[in-house]
Amino acid sequence: MSAAAYLRCCLGILSREFLRFLNQRSRFISALVRPLVWLILFASGFRFVLGVSIIPPYETYIPYQVYIAPGLLAMIQLFNGMQSSLSMVYDREMGNMRTLLISPLPRWFLLTSKLLAGALISVPLAYAFLAVAWFWDVEPPYWGYLAVLPALLLSGLMLGALGLALSSLIRQLENFAGVMNFVIFPMFFASSALYPLWRVKEGGLALWYVCQANPFTHAVELIRFALYLKLDGVSLAVVAGSTILFLALAILGYDPGRGMLARKGGGE
Amino acid sequence: MTPALQITGLSHSFGDRKALDQVEFSVKPGDFTVLLGLNGAGKSTLFALATHLYHNRSGSISVFGHDIRHQSSPALRRMGVVFQQPTLDLDLSVEQNLSYHCALHGMARGLSKQRIETELERLQLADRRHDKVRLLSGGLRRRVELARALLHEPQLLLLDEPTVGLDIASRGFLLDHVRALCAERDLAVLWATHLIDETDDKARIVVLHKGRVRAHGTVPEVIAGTKADSLQAAFQTLTGEAP
Repeated sequence: MSAAAYLRCCLGILSREFLRFLNQRSRFISALVRPLVWLILFASGFRFVLGVSIIPPYETYIPYQVYIAPGLLAMIQLFNGMQSSLSMVYDREMGNMRTLLISPLPRWFLLTSKLLAGALISVPLAYAFLAVAWFWDVEPPYWGYLAVLPALLLSGLMLGALGLALSSLIRQLENFAGVMNFVIFPMFFASSALYPLWRVKEGGLALWYVCQANPFTHAVELIRFALYLKLDGVSLAVVAGSTILFLALAILGYDPGRGMLARKGGGE
Repeated sequence: MTPALQITGLSHSFGDRKALDQVEFSVKPGDFTVLLGLNGAGKSTLFALATHLYHNRSGSISVFGHDIRHQSSPALRRMGVVFQQPTLDLDLSVEQNLSYHCALHGMARGLSKQRIETELERLQLADRRHDKVRLLSGGLRRRVELARALLHEPQLLLLDEPTVGLDIASRGFLLDHVRALCAERDLAVLWATHLIDETDDKARIVVLHKGRVRAHGTVPEVIAGTKADSLQAAFQTLTGEAP
């Protein structure tokens, strides 16, 4: 297979995901409404309860909705990544997965292309959220809108890879409600999305360690810093490392020799 | 002549349950081979292994001499598959579904367009190309899946219970079309079914029951081998169950 064949295959996967996305307007709307509810209702309610001191990357006191906006961007990607990756193993989607896996191109390439497509789909969602958030005083510098793009892509890849790895490794994880309870909510709440970690540290050191070890915290911080034209090196390293790790696990999970498909059977 | 599909000593288990036990048969180019078995016979496991969804534990499967485990890319390139479960994207158009398949095979845009055109014409789907698959009947969806499986011009076609849920006319269309492909293109076909009337005297059949091959040969050979007077009776003798 030539390099051009690889490129055509990857573009084919990207365009299919994009077409599906265009056809699923309700998914787009619900993916957007969720963080907006948090921004508009939750942040308004809590803005006077939770005081935020000056912490990097911010250089001044900021209202609470400004603080949680990056966390909500990461939330969009968390849901999007889990939804698109886990949907691949549900029965109704299994057929689509099989179509993908009978391609003569290597499986790692197919899965990576699929993840890339999922991450790209989350980008217009994130920008749509930022556009609405602007009316709620979330006004990062103009260049921040551009600088956040690679951070969004990388964190989208990481969360998609996590979903794919989970879908292939954990047998019981077969409905979205279970994923919400055991993955999405713990990851979201044990992170810096809703409250700065110094506050968590005041509450308890153990929880602070959990938050620090949570790759989602680093996705949030990577996005937060990028949005304000700064780079958080530690977060970048953690997110990049986690992406590679989760992707490797996912590829292993879909390996025809040892993965979930071989254990479960794929058709009888 | 290298067989299109050669299965040798194939066994596979899920935990304690043995799904396939020492399965052996081959399909030659131009052969229309019917894999006949009741539900749970092991047909879908055989398809999953042959399409490299997961590895077989023992034995081998080769496609035109390429072992599916070790040379999966050339093997998959020569293979077209119609799965038992629907695998089309309902929200995409017929043409978009077909283009996606071409992309997965790394085909250039010009060639893809040309092949899509040819298969749509041949399967009488040209006027529905822009329709979303959701709007098509079950029979037409199956035709789209068949068109898709043929786009990269495979030499071996695997169909897993392709007529399930179809009316008589759609079943007839599909069967006639695939038989014609065998004759015209020298295509090797493995057609899995539990319906005896999808075989004819020219077809070769493999009777699979509880994971084991109970008989293999042309219809007259299988009938003669069991001293029965019809394929139905032969099947009953071989499996102890009515088809």
